[in-house]
Amino acid sequence: MDKFTKVTGVATPLMRQNVDTDLIIRIERLVDNVTRDGLGPYCFEQIRFKPDGSEDPDCIFNQQPYRDAPIILSRENFGCGSSREGAVWALKGMGVRAVIAPYFGDIFNNNCFQNGLLPVALPIHEIEQLADEMKASPGNARVTIDLENCQVVSPTGRTIPFQIDARRQHAMLNGLDDIAQTMSHKDVITAWQSQDKTARPWVWL
Amino acid sequence: MAKDWRRGSPGADIRLLQRTLNPKANPMGKTLFDKIWDSHVITDLGNGFVLLHIDRLLLHDMSGGKALKEAIEKGYPPAQPRLTYGTPDHTMSTQPGRTEKTHPPGEPLILSMRETTRAYGIKLFDLGQDGQGIVHVMGPEQGLTLPGTTLVCGDSHTSTHGGMGSLAFGIGSSELVHVIATQTMVQRKPKRLRASFEGKLMPGVTAKDMILHLIGELGTAAGTGYSVEYAGSAVRALPIEARLTLCNLTIEMGARTGMVAPDDTTYEYLNGRDYAPKGAMWDRAVAHWRALPTDPDAEFDREHTVDMKNVAPQITWGTSPEHVIAVDRAIPDPSTGPEEKRGAWEAALKYQGLEPGKPIEGTKVDWVFIGSCTNSRISDLRAAASIVKGRHKADHVTAWVVPGSVRIKQEAEAEGLDRVFLDAGFEWREPGCSMCLASNGERVPPGKRSVSTSNRNFVGRQGPGARTHLASPAMAAAAAIKGAIADVRKI
Ligand code: SF4
Repeated sequence: MDKFTKVTGVATPLMRQNVDTDLIIRIERLVDNVTRDGLGPYCFEQIRFKPDGSEDPDCIFNQQPYRDAPIILSRENFGCGSSREGAVWALKGMGVRAVIAPYFGDIFNNNCFQNGLLPVALPIHEIEQLADEMKASPGNARVTIDLENCQVVSPTGRTIPFQIDARRQHAMLNGLDDIAQTMSHKDVITAWQSQDKTARPWVWL
Repeated sequence: MAKDWRRGSPGADIRLLQRTLNPKANPMGKTLFDKIWDSHVITDLGNGFVLLHIDRLLLHDMSGGKALKEAIEKGYPPAQPRLTYGTPDHTMSTQPGRTEKTHPPGEPLILSMRETTRAYGIKLFDLGQDGQGIVHVMGPEQGLTLPGTTLVCGDSHTSTHGGMGSLAFGIGSSELVHVIATQTMVQRKPKRLRASFEGKLMPGVTAKDMILHLIGELGTAAGTGYSVEYAGSAVRALPIEARLTLCNLTIEMGARTGMVAPDDTTYEYLNGRDYAPKGAMWDRAVAHWRALPTDPDAEFDREHTVDMKNVAPQITWGTSPEHVIAVDRAIPDPSTGPEEKRGAWEAALKYQGLEPGKPIEGTKVDWVFIGSCTNSRISDLRAAASIVKGRHKADHVTAWVVPGSVRIKQEAEAEGLDRVFLDAGFEWREPGCSMCLASNGERVPPGKRSVSTSNRNFVGRQGPGARTHLASPAMAAAAAIKGAIADVRKI
């Protein structure tokens, strides 16, 4: 899993509520055997493209400087709806590293931590202000998310603290998903196994 | 030396072993479950979670290939391919002469399992090969399921293997990938429940009736958060195949794992099987296993005792395994039942097309399915054949026998059981899950009534609109002969 320590970049204000995982990625794209890494082009396709397949210039993801921005700003309940982990893969495929919203869909939130995408929960007034600062100087404005110090730095230099579970912070900083966390005990596992091979050799075929 | 392991009571070396298994020398005895659990803890992760070693991972076609691919894509090749075994069972046809192409939707799953297991040197008991069968039949049959081991599979009926004295439980898809990658699981220890069956089995009563009766008494949620140990004189007297049946339905009362302590019956069954230890290793293993049974002074969080005098042949009437009665009883009346269950009972009777208050015996049956990981072993087929022999199924009934594995099929054919069934108008099919889950397209048609030896009578389990009654193989055979739900004791 990718490590997450600090990200600085453009933040796209997608200021809607209840951005559901259906909107992020359509289920057909997950059935159609598109690989996990190949989902980026289909992320938010229902708003990025017109029915004829051409880009919709009114969609913020198609406008500069927001194209390929690593951060999304959004309103309440981002990632609600279906449990599909493909929503996280699609966002990552589009280059997104973090989403800032007041709160997230539960399963989406968990899935993020299995894939190195950081969900940051901030009060809505802070997010609105971040969006305003972004729009005020579209060319130069940058948002920084610093996971080590648990703070967001706004384009004008304001620092906004956020909270995160210590175990998850550690896992993200070190790029550890559940399996990776278990793998951090690899030596203990190997030692247990070699001792067991002596104690119960019949188990080891 | 070969027969040494048969000796009765544990000697001094066993007590030494017991102390090794229990180094803290807790004055209080330990349960079978605690002994296996504690000896598999690799490290304590805090908050009640431990990292548990997994000795056996079994894969089947529904999730096996996919999970292997996912682990590999994440950069984790299988940690212990030699502790991992697979067989296809869920998605292919069981029609005579079938291949993976007979039921096309299953083909990609079987191909992907074949490809991924081959790439990592995982032994696959493949379609058309010796050893193929329902995954929970295959493990004990091959001697892969051993007492005192931890065993997992991406299927909730993995508790079946507990009949061998193995700590076995079903796991979800992300847990499966975790086991493939690490050979471990992050788990919290469950509480302990002991269900003791005391006395002798009455005529017509089998392990299937024992466990259905227990679920009827305790309900489908009683085991949630518990590990179950089945004990008592009636359980001790059960042969291994019956113990596997008993443990199979553990999940239907909410517990992930159920087990029977290993004993001479277990060792008799296991000795000489393909993957079981041999020679001096066998003797060492048996000495170790003899220390596993629950100590006399060990305590359980909950105890329940069933008097075998009260256990008659069972049949389910509704859409949950707890909707079960003795076959000579009347269909329950929701208005006299417990208030909180009234709604569920009414809905179940409506779905099943049954009238409360009427005897369940005599209810017309359209389909009979003898098979599944619950009841497809040779002793099950013999029990059914003993009822069928010299008789013919009722004209309006479609009756299927689906042996649990290639070996069981061959053994049955060598005994002439296939002829008994075929002569009686039954179909004799290839091994697989078949009509237990209907994930291979083999379904009971909508509105039709089936007596099935499987483990779930949920709405639509055997096909949309299908009405399922769970029972033992002999009861199912009796229903096929009579064309209606019948009391096996009267045949
Ligand atoms: S026979 Fe039925 S319960 Fe058993 S593994 Fe197959 S589908 Fe699952």
